[in-house]
Amino acid sequence: MADILKRNKALSVNPLKASQPIGGSLATLGFNRAMPMLHGSQGCTAFAKVFFVRHFREPIPLQSTAMDQGSSVMGADENVLIGIKTIAEKSRPALITILTTGLAETQGADVHRNVREFREANPQFADIAVVAVNTPDFTGSVETGYAATLTEIIRALVPDAKDAGTYPGKRKRQVNVLVSYQLTPGDLEALRDIFEQFQLRPVFVPDLSDSLDGCLTDDDFSPVTIGGTPVSELATLGDALVTVVIGASLSKAAELLESKTGVPTYAIDHLYGLKANDVLIGALAKISGNLVPERIERQRAQLQDAMLDTHFMLGQLRVGIAADADLLAAFIDLLQEMGADVVAAVTSCNTPLLAKIPVASIKIGDLEDMELIGKANNVQLVIGNSHAVDTAERLGVPILRAGFPLYDIIGGYQKTWIGYRGTRQTLFDLANLVINFSHEDIPVYRSVYGQKPASEFSEPVPSCH
Amino acid sequence: MKSTKDIAALLDEPACEHNKKEKSGCAKPKPGSAAGGCAFDGAQIALLPIADVAHIVHGPIACAGSSWDNRGTRSSGADLYRIGMTTDLTEQDIVMGRAEKRLFHAIKQAIDTYAPPAVFVYNTCVPALIGDDINAVCKSAQERWGVPVVPIDCAGFYGTKNLGNRIAGDAMVAHVIGTRDPDPLPTNSAIKIHDVNLVGEYNIAGEFWHVLPLLDELGLRILCTLSGDARFREVQTMHKAEVNMMVCSKAMVNVARKLQQQYGTPWFEGSFYGITDTSQALRDFAKALNDDDLSLRTEQLIAREESRIRTALEPWKARLKDKRVLLFTGGVKSWSVISALQDLGMIVVATGTNKSTEEDKARIRELMGEDTLMINDGSPKELIRIVRDYQADILIAGGRNMYTALKAKIPFLDINQEREFGYEGYQGMLELVRQLALTIESPVWQAVRAPAPWKIPPNPPLLKGGNETKEVAHG
Repeated sequence: MADILKRNKALSVNPLKASQPIGGSLATLGFNRAMPMLHGSQGCTAFAKVFFVRHFREPIPLQSTAMDQGSSVMGADENVLIGIKTIAEKSRPALITILTTGLAETQGADVHRNVREFREANPQFADIAVVAVNTPDFTGSVETGYAATLTEIIRALVPDAKDAGTYPGKRKRQVNVLVSYQLTPGDLEALRDIFEQFQLRPVFVPDLSDSLDGCLTDDDFSPVTIGGTPVSELATLGDALVTVVIGASLSKAAELLESKTGVPTYAIDHLYGLKANDVLIGALAKISGNLVPERIERQRAQLQDAMLDTHFMLGQLRVGIAADADLLAAFIDLLQEMGADVVAAVTSCNTPLLAKIPVASIKIGDLEDMELIGKANNVQLVIGNSHAVDTAERLGVPILRAGFPLYDIIGGYQKTWIGYRGTRQTLFDLANLVINFSHEDIPVYRSVYGQKPASEFSEPVPSCH
Repeated sequence: MKSTKDIAALLDEPACEHNKKEKSGCAKPKPGSAAGGCAFDGAQIALLPIADVAHIVHGPIACAGSSWDNRGTRSSGADLYRIGMTTDLTEQDIVMGRAEKRLFHAIKQAIDTYAPPAVFVYNTCVPALIGDDINAVCKSAQERWGVPVVPIDCAGFYGTKNLGNRIAGDAMVAHVIGTRDPDPLPTNSAIKIHDVNLVGEYNIAGEFWHVLPLLDELGLRILCTLSGDARFREVQTMHKAEVNMMVCSKAMVNVARKLQQQYGTPWFEGSFYGITDTSQALRDFAKALNDDDLSLRTEQLIAREESRIRTALEPWKARLKDKRVLLFTGGVKSWSVISALQDLGMIVVATGTNKSTEEDKARIRELMGEDTLMINDGSPKELIRIVRDYQADILIAGGRNMYTALKAKIPFLDINQEREFGYEGYQGMLELVRQLALTIESPVWQAVRAPAPWKIPPNPPLLKGGNETKEVAHG
């Protein structure tokens, strides 16, 4: 439905896009005792690390094959082999992912062959899962890098049903949940709670709520992730009742999982807004055979009440959004459900989902594009990551911070957006921004014949709040 | 792409002590256990603070996408440096050989939209590997659009951050410095005004503004700080300084050396961290400029400022005296921060020396005594061990180690580029003590170290005094 406007300028200004290796690293960090290694120069890893540290405010395990001049020109197979071995010896993780960068791909690296060679030469490390993924930064975005990595992890580590003897429903309460990068650790916690209310056991793949939820442990230091989906759990996915997939970007990963295991897929694009959550709750009632718990019924009614309260602020509100496709689609549905108009929609790269999003047009571009389109359409509120704060400031409108990275607030990673409760809070947050910052007052008019005291005629100082 | 010979030439820095001996500062990183940035990272850090320039990163998204607008350095006006610009190369650009063309048009777009006084183009790994000739593109763009376009050939795989700093400095000497004469001096000044430069001063969190008023008072006109709060037109005039000060880091020492070679400008090394070093830097200026009147006025200013700040620090000193510090920061900064901490009566129990030269180490020994622990292995595990063994009250290190410390429940102070507080000059000491006290004295340490009440055994063994928390801290 949406008209996709392709990039039409040479220079990207105030980029919205984060790279595929970032996405691949994020997916890896959702597994227990894992270590992502970027195949590129040291800087690729250093930048990604800083990116995550600023967002999560946590130490982030991330390694590099440290390509230099010689290996960039002559071949870097050795770097990959030494890199895997060094990590294996030093930290003995459960999972190492090798994620390529633009440099390695341009040079012509074959990381899949490297992994095979490593396997042959190092049987002593057979217990460590090693997965190679092509994630060059000259294509795709954080969303596609995350999805590709999850796909490759499933390909390598989920056994085929016929080999492993798994069959759907062997574990009667287990539901696999493939989750897109757009779900925060806070979202995953809320989602786990919803599943458990239906007496279901969700296995999140991956599970950032267990690894990057900002938790203080007794251990002083760990070189690899603490928490996340255990790699061993991947062998059980074939025994689940169903697989719930949240996020259109994961469709390939979901297809692969279903073809390997025969476990049926239940796909939902997102969990923002009343309708989307009705779909999830309906599905969980069906899957579990349980009635919808009263607590959830009540939360739904609370959301309905909040929709009434906030529709005065959000109705016809002209909103600009800059986000990757999954998140963009989620916000557009939520806002349209409230009667708001999304007048500027910008995303980082083209995906199959975009064409289905019900807005007039979506621009593939950067934050400068959002600023220009937003200005032309007179936006009243902006939704975007921390980089978009300056954009909003120049537009003179409030911003709701969402997406990656969020570095100018504390705890952004922990915010819950999904479910009836998360949606209700999001509506409150949006409405409060409008009340406090975006209210359009009628300008004061003073009659030329008026008898008001002269002292009132000085310009009033505008209030910030 | 730079040739191996070019890189070797950059690594061969006669003014750097690392030259004399194989040292880790520029050592080859090991795959799978590497930490730290690349040459592009270093070049960008070194030049991005030049606030009115359009900084274009030529490469696919990862280089600029995760690094633009890393606010730390501050500008007093222009803010174009905070606008992220990249050619965001796609697979098509690379396969079809269209990257150079995109860059050419990108330069035009930046000039058309923002009318900058100059454009800097940073080369990255992918275009370097496919053989983009960024020098040629920059040259023809400059001729075509009439705006200086400076190539900075800093592909990440050339080497470390340190090398990137040098590449950046080299580019300034080769393309920018010496292209304009300074504005005329004010004629109504009662004192003689001297032109000087600062090299390697980044104005983190605006901290240089603690020092600049003092330099103004002394009649030292800063032609340029390379590169904190700098403008392109300031960099252009750096060749006219009477003396250069290398601030707190050897990273761009090649700039000082080349300015000496080409223009005969003498240089000295100094720091504005701590009372002692700040005073020393001011004295060194007067000495290098060989101006008796300036020396006299400098001594008067130092006396005034030192007495003012020592009075202001007095109440804090009582709180921080004898607190034990583990300092882990690179090279030269070690000794300059040590002196700042000793000014406060704190005890530095150990310091990182993995980037320090023999000369730095000698200086550290001189400051701290012979039995100081010098740490070469800066792994998180080792740092935590040393904090415990030496009973340090606080770890002072780069932001990279912040969450290492916090996870181990150790008080922490960030001393590197990314920090949000300015510690330079006499006035900066007040902020430093405030931040030190804030974390060391915080009640949260007790709260996070103690076990949950229901986990304390009903009949605890009789433990006395401070030992209890220490035991708990070991977990």
